[in-house]
Formats: sequence, structure tokens, C-alpha cells
Amino acid sequence: MFNRDRWQEILEVLTKNAWRTIFTAFGVCWGIFILIVLLAAGKGLENGIKKDFGDIATNTMFMWTRATTRAYEGLPQGRRFEFKIDDVQAIRDNVPNLRFISPRNQLGGFGGNNNVVHGIRTGAYNVYGDYPEIINQDPMAVTSGRFLNYNDINEKRKVAIIGLGVQNDLYDKDEDPLGTYIKIQGVNFLVIGTYKKNNSGGGEEGQKEIFVPFTSFSQAFNRGEDVGWMAITANDGSSISVLKDKIVSVMKERHKVHPEDTRAVGYFDLYEQYNRVESLFGALKAVAYIVGIMVLLSGIIGVSNIMLIVVKERTKEIGIRRALGEQPWSIKKQILMESIFLTLISGMVGIIFGSLVIFGINSLLDSVGPVDMFMSPSVSVGVVTGALTILMVSGLLAGFIPAQSAIRVRPIEALRTE
Amino acid sequence: MIEIKDLHKSYKMGSNSLHVLKGINFKVEEGELVAIMGSSGSGKSTLLNILGMLDGADTGEYTLDGVPIKDLSETKAAQYRNKFLGFIFQSFNLINYKSALENVALPLYYQKVPRKERQEKAMQYLDRVGLKPWASHHPSELSGGQKQRVAIARAMAAEPKVLLADEPTGALDSKTSYEVMDLIQKINDEGNTILVVTHEEDIAHMCKRIVHLKDGVIVEDKKIEQVRAGQYV
Repeated sequence: MFNRDRWQEILEVLTKNAWRTIFTAFGVCWGIFILIVLLAAGKGLENGIKKDFGDIATNTMFMWTRATTRAYEGLPQGRRFEFKIDDVQAIRDNVPNLRFISPRNQLGGFGGNNNVVHGIRTGAYNVYGDYPEIINQDPMAVTSGRFLNYNDINEKRKVAIIGLGVQNDLYDKDEDPLGTYIKIQGVNFLVIGTYKKNNSGGGEEGQKEIFVPFTSFSQAFNRGEDVGWMAITANDGSSISVLKDKIVSVMKERHKVHPEDTRAVGYFDLYEQYNRVESLFGALKAVAYIVGIMVLLSGIIGVSNIMLIVVKERTKEIGIRRALGEQPWSIKKQILMESIFLTLISGMVGIIFGSLVIFGINSLLDSVGPVDMFMSPSVSVGVVTGALTILMVSGLLAGFIPAQSAIRVRPIEALRTE
Repeated sequence: MIEIKDLHKSYKMGSNSLHVLKGINFKVEEGELVAIMGSSGSGKSTLLNILGMLDGADTGEYTLDGVPIKDLSETKAAQYRNKFLGFIFQSFNLINYKSALENVALPLYYQKVPRKERQEKAMQYLDRVGLKPWASHHPSELSGGQKQRVAIARAMAAEPKVLLADEPTGALDSKTSYEVMDLIQKINDEGNTILVVTHEEDIAHMCKRIVHLKDGVIVEDKKIEQVRAGQYV
């Protein structure tokens, strides 16, 4: 393999007709360039879309109650019911592999009235009664103070964590909200922390939320044992989409809902949505590979063609070498190595140019700021090694027919070619 | 060294076949210098190709240095050619993009001789044909006579049992022809077995034995008084 004479010969053959070699190499170079750029563009689109999911736990479902649509066990159709706080324990007991179950209550909502007052300023915000675990399901960065803890829950403390948006609305620029009170629907809460969310999907809305302990929320706003809705996250390795049927049926049983009533318990399966996006990008990647490889293929055929011509030109030389006693497989190896070498080198040039283009796009994106649905296109090392493997194999394939035809020529016929 | 019994060879030419060799019986001892003569179409090149394992015979036996040559695979044939035979062609058949030294080293390369040893040996043979100063020259920078001498050095490099020369002087003027024949005679003097195919009388008479081929059979096989080429140089 690392035979000096062999490599010397390969270089001599390829540089003897430099322009022809360059034009042939361009075909392969172009193919791999297209492949790399397409994959990077797909990745950029994927990054852009996935950014909208933020770092929210994707293996999560949300569940709430609606009116029943079927009469059951003497209870009428159209009955409204609420989840209760002990439903949480019931789910935990009956359904394995769940990581977090967060019961939540909520005040406000889209287009709600002003419900929060601080000093002379007021605003309309979503106020959530939550358990401390919610920070794992709906991640946020606590920028000052602290988040909720179980002491808050157990002692029903009237404390609140407010978003950056709330702070900007209700406080002066240089005012420290920690230790101040805000009045939520007439009840005073002590501000103990502020947060900022990375999740850009919620946009401004995500920064305009207030979190208070679930228990204090229930008491202050008269919710009793009721639970507005739940956020449930499964363990890594088990899918919430699989577990959700079980969870829903536990709820139906506890609230005397007809087992076939599909409307009474509403839910949103984030994981399913996420998977749908995932498979979309899988398809996109497949298209990129197919297009890239098709373009590459025409380059490979070019290499194969040139190698055939090279063999034809060297028929006499091959004849001489065989008369001098070179083994047929050695000649075959020579042709194959020339072909692989040519494809690999031109492929690498293609990869380098592709990377340069990606680099250029990235620095362009950096300079103009974020663009909708497109972010940092890139190719992984895995893709590059994959591309190199494709090149190796295709070089081998491209050289195979010419190499075969090189050893098919009998030395006597080759020598006769004057 | 070489023994041939009842060798037949015919070529298919469309619908009719051309019977080129019609039962050749022929023996060469070690150290002989044999000229094979005949007009074109007499079958002399075909005979040489069969002797050189570049072509197979239809029927008949061929033994080279006690080894029966029959039904060889291409790999085996290549191995035998490398070990037993050295070729000298009318058109020299040097490889154009390799220097004289590399050309001479080629058969040694196929024997997997290490690079350094190979080059030393090749240089030694180039020296013997008087071309040491031209070692790094490419064939295009050499005259016809020089090219043929490089080819002879190449044929000798692998230390074969037999040298086969197909019209070695066919492309050379008479002065260079004699120089080449002088070299061939000297190599023969050292005990090497050499077969020369030629249609030139004067070249044939510089060998020790002349085999006349006509229409695919040997018509005459005689030992002769060798004319030394040295006197013309």
C-alpha cells in the first residue's frame, strides 16, 4: 500500500495529463460539494425549527378536563369535572416510568384583564400555581433570588417568581423587585426571584409569567383540591406517547367517566409533535443524500470513463509490464489505486470548498443577526467521514471496470499495438 | 534448456483458420546462441511468443529448464516469465515515463527486490551495457541503439534462463545493429542462452546456430561458424 514506487507512478500518471485530471476531478468535487452543502442547509433548517422547541422537556404531555360526552354509572352526559390533587398520587401509583407529574392551576390567559398590581402600575399576566418540579419541564434561568421549593409548598407561603417581562412592566429600571410585594387579584405575594426563559417559541409571552406555590395558589384563589391541568414527563427511554393511554384511563376510572368517552380528558402530546418534526428532518436529510449522491454518481462515472481511457492509452505499457512478469492483480491494484486516489483527493477538495461555503454562510448569519427558521448550518464529523467512505467505495467502483479491462488485455495483443 | 515436441498453432481468421505452426520439434542447450530465420509469415514470431509464454500452443509439449509449460494461469505465466525469460523487442518497448535506470529495475521490482538493492543491481547492468552515465535519462532522450541496450540490460536484470530477442536490430541502422549484436554475443560468451528471431542474413550469421522456418515447419537447422560483430564496430 505505502509503496514508494507505486505512489510515484500514480502521481506520474495523473499529472501527465493535468487538465484532463482536473476536469475529471471537478465532477467528483462538485458532487461531494453539493452533498455537503445540502446536508448543512438541512441541518440549519432543523436547528432553526428545533430552537422553537427551546429546552422544554419534549417527552411531555399536557392533560386537562372537559365536559363528558357520555352518560356513565348514573351520571349524566355533559357533566363537568375537575382533576383533584390526589389524582397525582394515583397516576404515580398506577403508571410506571414517569419522571415528573406537575399539577398546575392558572389565572389569567390570553387577553385576560389586568390582574396584577405593583404600586401604581398594573398588568395582565399568566399566574401559575406550581410545584418546584415544573422548572425541569419548562426550563427557565433564575436570574436573581430563587425558585419555588417544598417549604413554600408545605407552609403555603405567599411568594412569587416573576418573569423578566413582568419586571420590566411593573418596576423601574433600577428598582430591585426582590423583597417587594405584588398584588395578584387582591392578594399580596412577596417577590423572591426573577427568571428568564430561553424558549423563544413563547416569545414575549414566556417572559410574562408569575409562578407561585401550588398550595398557596389554591388557598388564595379558592381552588380547594382542584387541579387545572397537569404536565407529565416520562423517563428517558420510555415514550410518553405510549404511556398516555394508561394515564388517561386511570383518570377516567377515578372520575367515573365512560371508558370510551374520548372527549372528556383532553391532552396534548408534545412528544408526538416533536417526533413529527424529527421525521420531517429525517426525510429532508434523505433527500439531501439522494440528490448529493446522484450528482456524485455522474462525477464517478466521469472518473470511470477517464480511467478506461487511461487504460486504453497504456495498453502497450501494460503489455510490456506483463511480459516482464508483473502479476495481473498488481496491475489491477495499480488502476484501482489511481482511481481511488483521484476520487478521494477531488472529494476532499469538494469537502473543503463545502466547508468554506458553510463557514461563509455562518459568518454572514452572525453579522445580520438571527434569521427565522434558519440557524447555524453545519455538518458533523460523522457526515464527513461518511462522505469519505462513500468516496472510497465509489473510487473503487469507478476503477473496477477499467482495472478489469486492463488485465483482460493479453500481453501479446498489447505488444502488437504499435 | 528448451525442448519442444510436435508444436502446433493455428489462428482463427473469421471462418477459416490459419495453421501457422505445423509440428515443430526443436531443442536448445544451455549457452547456445540460436537465430530463428524465416520470411514474414513463416511463423517465427509466433514460435517466439509461445516460447515466451505470451501465447499458448494448441498441441505439443514445451519444457523450459525441466519445467513443463502447459495450461498456465496468467498469474503463473507472469511468474515464470519473470523468473525464466528476458525479452528484447524490435521496438524496444521501454516505458516512456520512467528513466533508463527505472526501466532496468522493473523486473526486479516485480520480484519484490528491495528498492535500494534493486537500484544497485540495475545500475550494475546499465554499466555492463555501457550506459551508466545515461541512467537518469528518459527513453525519449536516448538514441535507438541506446534504447535497445537499455532494453537488453532490462532483460538481463532478472537473471533469466533464456533471453528472447524479437528482431532486436530491426529498427536500427547497420552500425548500431552490429553494436547491439556485439553486446548480445558478449552476453552469450558469459554462458547465457539466447534466441534471436531475425530475417537478416548477416545478423543470423553472428549466432552459433541457424534454424530456418518456412510455412510453419523447420526446413533447416545447422550449426555455423560465428561471425564476430566486434570486427565491424
